[in-house]
Amino acid sequence: MRLSLGAQHELSVGLPKRFYAQSSVRGGSGLFRTGRAGTIASSLLALCFAVPISLGVAIFLSELAPAWLREPVGFLVELLAAVPSVVYGLWGIFVLAPWLRTTVEPFLAQTLGFLPLFQGQQRGFGMLAGGIILAIMITPTISSVSREVLRAVPSALREGALGLGATPWEAVRVAVLPYARSGLVGATILGLGRALGETMAITMVIGNRSEISASLFAPSYTMASVIANEFSEATGSLYLSALAEVGLLLFVVTVLLNIVARLLVWRVGHLPEGGSL
Amino acid sequence: MILDRYARRKFSDIFVRSACVAATVIALVPLVSVLYYVTSRGIGGINWDFFSELPKPVGESGGGMANALAGSVKLLFLACVFGIPPGVLAGVYLAEFGASRFGKWVRFSADVMSGVPSITVGIFVYSLVVLRAKHFSAFAGGVALGVLMLPTVTRTTEELLRLVPESLREAALGLGLPKWRVTLRVMLRTAAPGIATGVMLAVARVAGETAPLLFTAFSNPFWSSGLNEPTASLPVIIYNYAVSPYEEWHRQAWAAALVLLLLVLLLNVSARLLVRNRVGAR
Repeated sequence: MRLSLGAQHELSVGLPKRFYAQSSVRGGSGLFRTGRAGTIASSLLALCFAVPISLGVAIFLSELAPAWLREPVGFLVELLAAVPSVVYGLWGIFVLAPWLRTTVEPFLAQTLGFLPLFQGQQRGFGMLAGGIILAIMITPTISSVSREVLRAVPSALREGALGLGATPWEAVRVAVLPYARSGLVGATILGLGRALGETMAITMVIGNRSEISASLFAPSYTMASVIANEFSEATGSLYLSALAEVGLLLFVVTVLLNIVARLLVWRVGHLPEGGSL
Repeated sequence: MILDRYARRKFSDIFVRSACVAATVIALVPLVSVLYYVTSRGIGGINWDFFSELPKPVGESGGGMANALAGSVKLLFLACVFGIPPGVLAGVYLAEFGASRFGKWVRFSADVMSGVPSITVGIFVYSLVVLRAKHFSAFAGGVALGVLMLPTVTRTTEELLRLVPESLREAALGLGLPKWRVTLRVMLRTAAPGIATGVMLAVARVAGETAPLLFTAFSNPFWSSGLNEPTASLPVIIYNYAVSPYEEWHRQAWAAALVLLLLVLLLNVSARLLVRNRVGAR
């Protein structure tokens, strides 16, 4: 019920006035184009960092870790999800970005500087910082859903592989991962959905400049940060409608991703809980 | 030859195991770093004034964020008022009558709703409440946070009602109680402590939400009275102070972050302990 109500309401505010055709709002369409590109780029970058790490965490927690270690470490990983977004943003501004500026970005520019990805002014604030902060925030989502998925794999498969003489890793690779594949893809998509809509932390570190750049060091913008920065200061119903349309786009995309992800996870035969109980 | 292959398999096993351990360690580094910096930089800003004074204008040192603390409490209270009753009722519906097609649909959309970005909920409440009232208000902020709590509360209530042993329900029905009394006096009462932990987790989640408050409750440098005025809250004030260029405000932002983080972690850890005690007692 909630869902359709929210969608309808945003529809009625957002759609009737096509914003992009109007040029009365200065620089508006460029802002939104950068927003979309920035959202996609930062989320994909976050997935590049978060997926391998989350899979490692999930495999460690469900297959390899000794039993006494599983619960405390799992709880710590879930605490990562409990830290408020705005606290990550604060940490990003005063800890992460300066570290990137003084240490990581000079290093990357020196070693991989021939790629356009690692050229340009090193500010700390920018796409790289945004991607890292998103990765930190979606790691608990991906790893806890993946862990539930791996747990749902029947242990007969695991034991069969081990009984045939497989090493623990081979048992995971041959017996567990193929069975869990669709659920793991679902977990990744859930993480992607969270990354697309994440607002505060990334707004605080991505630099908020309406430019599309090839460099990871350059500041950018995301759809969510466009809304966060402009909404309470937007004047005129046209501009508000335009921002609401950006929100509508975010809403539709994340709902679709969530539906796909839930179905994929369900296929493994287990329904993960939304909460972190 | 055979030994060779065995060594290779052994090696790749050890390699992947250490990679998994390394991944877990890397995943926890940000948590440790955030906790360390928030504690070390925030602790200096915590004093009596912080809890009792209004924010001072730029340039004057001192001052606190008593209004933001009170505002956060007010918003969370409103969120509970708007979020818990419909959430619990929806959970009861799903657990007791939810086998229908409609029930499946509600369950699925609650799951999907929990993944929807909080900022779009902010826009929703903005158009629903703020546009009509033509001003920001604590009421709107409470509605936004309540909407965000709904899916979690609904699903936890349902899960926990399902955990209540069937024999309890049958015994109550056998004694001749009508169904509504069984649900209310037997099922809900048995599941109540678990539902309370679910609510704590939901409150912990929305306590740190900033994005939907930016254009519902907005912010306010003074005390706000009643529900109809813009209201300051901890997350929004952390955001405003963090992106400002003033040293003094940064210090205050760290202090506020420490208070917020303590609140959220306390709710999470105590919910966790409650669950474990209950499971252990069984």
